[in-house]
Amino acid sequence: MGCAYMFLQVNNVAKTFAEHEVFSGIDLSIHENQFVSLLGPSGCGKSTLLSMVAGLEAATEGSISLGGKTILEPGTDRGMVFQQPALFPWLTVKDNVTFPLKDKLSKKEQDQIAAHYLKMVHLTRFKEAYPHELSGGMQQRVAIARALAMDPKVLLMDEPFGALDEQTRHILHDELMKIFQETKKTILFVTHSIQEAIKLSDRVIVMGTRPGRIIADFPVDVERPRQRDDSRVIELEQEIMELLKGEINKVLKEELDHETKHFT
Amino acid sequence: MKLSILLKRVLFIGVLLAIWQGVYMSGYFPAIQFPPPTKVFQAMVEGFADGKLVSALLASFKHLLIGLGLAIGIGTLIGVLLGKSRQADETAGMYLIAMQSIPSIVWVPLAIMLIGLNETAVIFVVVLGGTFVMALNTRTAIHSVPPEFIKAARTMGTKGMRLFFKVEVPASLPYFMSGIRLAWAFSWRALMAGELLSNGPGLGYSLRYAMDFAQMEVVIGIIIIVGVIGSVVDQLFFSKMEKKVMRRWGLLK
Repeated sequence: MGCAYMFLQVNNVAKTFAEHEVFSGIDLSIHENQFVSLLGPSGCGKSTLLSMVAGLEAATEGSISLGGKTILEPGTDRGMVFQQPALFPWLTVKDNVTFPLKDKLSKKEQDQIAAHYLKMVHLTRFKEAYPHELSGGMQQRVAIARALAMDPKVLLMDEPFGALDEQTRHILHDELMKIFQETKKTILFVTHSIQEAIKLSDRVIVMGTRPGRIIADFPVDVERPRQRDDSRVIELEQEIMELLKGEINKVLKEELDHETKHFT
Repeated sequence: MKLSILLKRVLFIGVLLAIWQGVYMSGYFPAIQFPPPTKVFQAMVEGFADGKLVSALLASFKHLLIGLGLAIGIGTLIGVLLGKSRQADETAGMYLIAMQSIPSIVWVPLAIMLIGLNETAVIFVVVLGGTFVMALNTRTAIHSVPPEFIKAARTMGTKGMRLFFKVEVPASLPYFMSGIRLAWAFSWRALMAGELLSNGPGLGYSLRYAMDFAQMEVVIGIIIIVGVIGSVVDQLFFSKMEKKVMRRWGLLK
């Protein structure tokens, strides 16, 4: 990409856990206000890469920078939503949303921000409820509101809808699209669902496994809202499916080899 | 439905009392060894009326409150240290379990020799009775904080003391409450062991005193009081608090 300054920049990053290398030599540049998906089979290191952008994991080699600043630790410029809502059960919905704002803003400002984002995720009615009183989908919406409340530069989402049922997932896709268009946040979204990645993203980065690496980078040039039966959507799906088939077979073959080695 | 449970329980006690009365009336045991329920009840009423049982109870509660308070405090400190420091846990964790396995009555001779035949020795035994179980449960409480809570809090820029007090402490509250309930139960047992061999005052001392003077009705009366207090405090206070926390934390529906 010919741009001199990239919003989110991953430079030659490697990650090794103990002796095991997750990936190495990862380069990635992401524009501001873009919705980018990291797509790949399990074990490709997509979640690890996202954790590194969050600052939860340190890079073994290389560096990651956001807005020109190198990422060294977690910070409020990056909001994260996990597969588990990870809401604090001892706090009400509203207090969960204002958790990152405590000590930083006045009570009134906190209330205003909470009201704003709870309205955005349609949970105004539940602001005094406790997390365990909500369904999984509602909890995940609170988690999104909580991440947005810090007004981060980028929203990091680690398979945020992976634990939800199909119906709820589709509803949340639509809500997330509205939020994306309304807030103009940069979103980095990890998923293993091809359909989900194509439905939501401006750009899909496909990762392969053993070793983890980027194998393709697709711009999704389809008008939103996207229809599942759109010819371009179907075309992209098949193209990515073809690419990933090889990767998934590689994992299966390796597991099979491993088994035969041990059981014959 | 609720009434029928109550009815069953009342009936059960009624049957037990009837059997007791029956054995008494059979004359198999001498009356001095086996008083009837009415005589035990009378002894309890008299004990409360002349204030002897009241002052014994007050003394016992004083020992318990001081001892349990110290046990919870010391146990929490040890538990947090072991929960937060892997090094400390690997070094001392095993010994904590060993200490916990020592019945508290075993500490009584040591306490008397070390401190003397006084109330401080009783409190010392109560402290030892509750501290280790409190420490073990606090350690478990810290270890059982869901890692996703810590991760989520860190991504919101929370770290250090704020992370500990605003996330780890509240997240570990359910197990911590179990620790307090168990510390109470262990301390209550330790209290009776300590007082039984002490020089008074206290419920345990009154029990031994009654034994020395062959007042079986008082002995049985005090045993009943000890049982009632143990279960009532647990049910009305500690179990309730624990369940309340568990429910709020979504661990109990």
